[in-house]
This record gives sequence, structure tokens and C-alpha cells, in this order.
Amino acid sequence: MKAIYILWLRQIKRYSRTRSRIIGSLAQPLLFLVALGFGFGPIYQKAGQGNYIEFIAPGVIAMSILFTAIFSGIEIIWDRQFGFLKETLVAPVSRVSIMVGRTLGGATIAFIQGTIVLTLSFLVGFRIENLYLLPVAFVFMFLIALLFAGLGAMIGSLLDDMQGFQLIMNFLVMPIFFLSGAIFPLQGLPKILNIITMFDPMTYGVDALRGTLVHMSHLSLLLDFGVLAVISLAFLSLGTYFFSKIQA
Amino acid sequence: MTEDNIIEITNLVKRFDKVTAVNDISFSVKRGEIFAFLGPNGAGKTTTIKMLTTLLEPTEGKISLNKHDVLTNQSATRSSFGIVFQDPSLDEELTAYENMEFHGVLYDVPKNIRKNRIEELLRFVELWDRKDDYVKTFSGGMKRRLEIARGLLHHPKVFFLDEPTLGLDPQTRNHIWQYIEHLNETEDITVFFTTHYMEEVEHVADRVAIIDHGKIIMQGTVDEIKKKNNAPTLEAAFLHLTGKEMREESAEGMSLMHRRWRKR
Repeated sequence: MKAIYILWLRQIKRYSRTRSRIIGSLAQPLLFLVALGFGFGPIYQKAGQGNYIEFIAPGVIAMSILFTAIFSGIEIIWDRQFGFLKETLVAPVSRVSIMVGRTLGGATIAFIQGTIVLTLSFLVGFRIENLYLLPVAFVFMFLIALLFAGLGAMIGSLLDDMQGFQLIMNFLVMPIFFLSGAIFPLQGLPKILNIITMFDPMTYGVDALRGTLVHMSHLSLLLDFGVLAVISLAFLSLGTYFFSKIQA
Repeated sequence: MTEDNIIEITNLVKRFDKVTAVNDISFSVKRGEIFAFLGPNGAGKTTTIKMLTTLLEPTEGKISLNKHDVLTNQSATRSSFGIVFQDPSLDEELTAYENMEFHGVLYDVPKNIRKNRIEELLRFVELWDRKDDYVKTFSGGMKRRLEIARGLLHHPKVFFLDEPTLGLDPQTRNHIWQYIEHLNETEDITVFFTTHYMEEVEHVADRVAIIDHGKIIMQGTVDEIKKKNNAPTLEAAFLHLTGKEMREESAEGMSLMHRRWRKR
């Protein structure tokens, strides 16, 4: 338990000390909100779909969680390059607690980042439908964070340098984001695209956020929760397995 | 196994695909001694240390450390040793104190003991007044001293130092050896180190083992080794034993290791 705590604390400390990183990583979601929100807003309205900001804000919140969580997981590669990983590898702590500590740390950071973006979205006119559902939305935000922090840590355990990073970015993270319904509605999509989106865990996260923040989900919250929880657990287990295979 | 051997290595082998990095070595280290493990680059030193410290699984053989089987009882083994790696392994974004604290919690050192011990050790390596500074602002020598302090925090029985004085000026090197000898006396800690500076070995080591091409080619006290090779200095004996040709760090072995790891 203590080991999990100190690993978590380390991530939080590192995060809170890199102000430039926090601000930098807020620029992108803000740009999405402003450019897409106001850019596509009029067309979206003409198509009879209502307020696009309302539609896209949950997607952008989920996006910022996705990016932050994956990166914090991938930080294992940095630890490997800067040697710090060895310090944890020779410690008398189970590999599971190392993985859990790291993943919780990354998830917490991503959750905070998501909360900041949620707050920023109010500035561009986003409004929450039902305040009572906000705690439920927070639960889902944390679940999304957990899932992708787990995925990031798993990838971080498999790569041994930053060479593969661009590959991961373009072939994994971007598709996860774009094929999740974060920026367009999933109704009426071509069949094949529809099937692909159903295999994207992010779809369930975005849906749950839309459901809890603006009543616009089209899957059930229970299904969303189930899928996110099961996949988080799977990533965490796989991540722990790959992590335990690391030989320095 | 003999009562006073803290490390016993029996028929240890490590193969990376076709390269045999460590080829059937056996030796032991006595409790409380300062033991130097020498060899040219790529001889198998670091690979051996990695196996001793649970970072790498041996292909064959047995290792016992502080009476624990290193292969089957990793957790007890890990609590028994401290290590200073060849390359820095500090978190540069944390302060010196936080690095110590992190280590203490990870090794489950109780809070009240931890606090005193951290202060004692940071004072010992003369970093107490820099305790709240980020490690990224430290010089190479300061980092090394901090790593020494950190490695001792949990009262290890064996202290591994993989080239602890590499790249440091003579003053710092001298200081570091003073710390280590002091520890060896006051904390009854067994020291296992590697280095390329033979004069350091002559000054501090109780016993020496020389490894080359994955084999232990000689072991004994410094005097014994000098006598056997009819050499005036340990350096002369070392060159006599391992030849005068230059070695490259076994690049092939390294990349094999990486590929092997990727496959997992």
C-alpha cells in the first residue's frame, strides 16, 4: 500500500512542478473547443442538431484525459532512459504495486487535466444539464483516465525508447480519439465505421460523459461503465505482466 | 555453504542467444569484506551484477545473497542489498530529500527511523544543506554521493557499487572511498564494487576477483595476485592477465539483449 502511495505521489509531484506542461496541454483542448465549437457550430445547427459546443465539450474533455493519461503511462520509457526505472526494479516491492501506483498516479493527473478542461469549457458557453449528475460524470472521467493510463503504462513497458512514440501517436492514440464519436455523432455512420467505433473503448467514455453532462448518450450508462471497467482491468493486468518481464 | 560467506555464486551462466556473457563462474564473498570485481569492458562484470541484484535472470547456476536464494526469494534478496548503478538512477525532478524519502518508503523503513536516517546519511555525504534542491541542479559527483546515501538508507547487508568513481575528479573519488571504508567499518557492510582504477583497488580492497571473457581468471588478495603474476602493481598484474589489447563494450551482446527483451 505504502509503495503504491509513494509511486502515486511521485507522479503528482512531477506533474504539479511542470507548469509549462500543464498550460501547454491545455492549449490543444481549448483550440478544439474554440475552432471546432465555433467553426462547425453554424453547420451543425443548420443540420438541426442543436448546439455544437454542447456536443463537442464532453468529447474534448475525454480527449484531454486520453492524451494526458497515455503520456503519463508512456513516461516509463523516460524512467528507463534516465535510469530511475532501475531504482524501482530492485526495490522489494511487487510489480503489481508498482504498476498500480503508476497507473493511479497517471490517472489522477489525467483526471485533474479533464476537470480543468471542463472548467474552461464553461468559458466558451458550455453548460451542464443536470448538476446532480456531475459526480457521476467525475466517476466516468476517472475511469477513462484509468483505462488509458493503464494502456499507456502497458505500451511504456513494451517499448524501450522513444523511437516508437510517433507510431503509437499516429496509429493508436489519434484513431482512438477520432473514431470515438468525440467530434461527430455516431448515428447514421457507414456500417463499417460504426462497427469500428464500437471496438473503441473511448466511444463508451465519450458516450458516458455526454450522457451525464448533457443528456445526449445513446448507449446505456451501465454498459459504458461495464466496458470501461473491464477494459481498464485488462490493461492493468497486461501492463503488470509486461512490466514484470522487463529485464534491465 | 560456509557460514561467513554473504554471497555465494555457483556455476553461474548467462547466455544471450548465442553470446555467452558469463560462462560458468563460481566464487564467494565473505561477510564484511571489501570485494573488488575487476575485468576489461565487456568481460561480464555488469551482467554478473545484474544477476546478483535480481535485474537479470541467469541461464544456469545458483546465487545466494545473505542466505537468500536470489532466484526464488527475490523480495528478501532485494531488501538485503543496496546498489549504486553505473549510470545515475535518480529522479531529477525531485529534490535530494524526496529521492531519499521515496526510497525509504519503497523499502518500508519506518517513518521515525527514516527521518533520522535520511538526515544522518545526507550529512554523511555532505549534502544536507542541499537537501531541498532539485537533483537536476546537482553535479555528477553530488549525484553519485546522493546515490550512495540512498543505497544505504535501508541498512543493506551488501552494497554494490558499479564503477562508483567513474568520471569523478580525484578529490571526489577520494571522498567517496573514505565514505565507503567508513561504512564498511561502522555499519559492518559488505562492499562489492567494480572499477577500472587499479590504484583504488590496491588501497581499499580486501579481496579481488578478475573476470575476462565471462570466466573468473584469478582471485585472491591484491598481494597474492601481484605475487602470482610477478608484477609490481595490480595494474601490471591485470594487464598481464587480460592482455594489452583494447576492448569494445560488447555491443553485440547489448543489442541482442534488447532484441530479446522486445520479443517478450
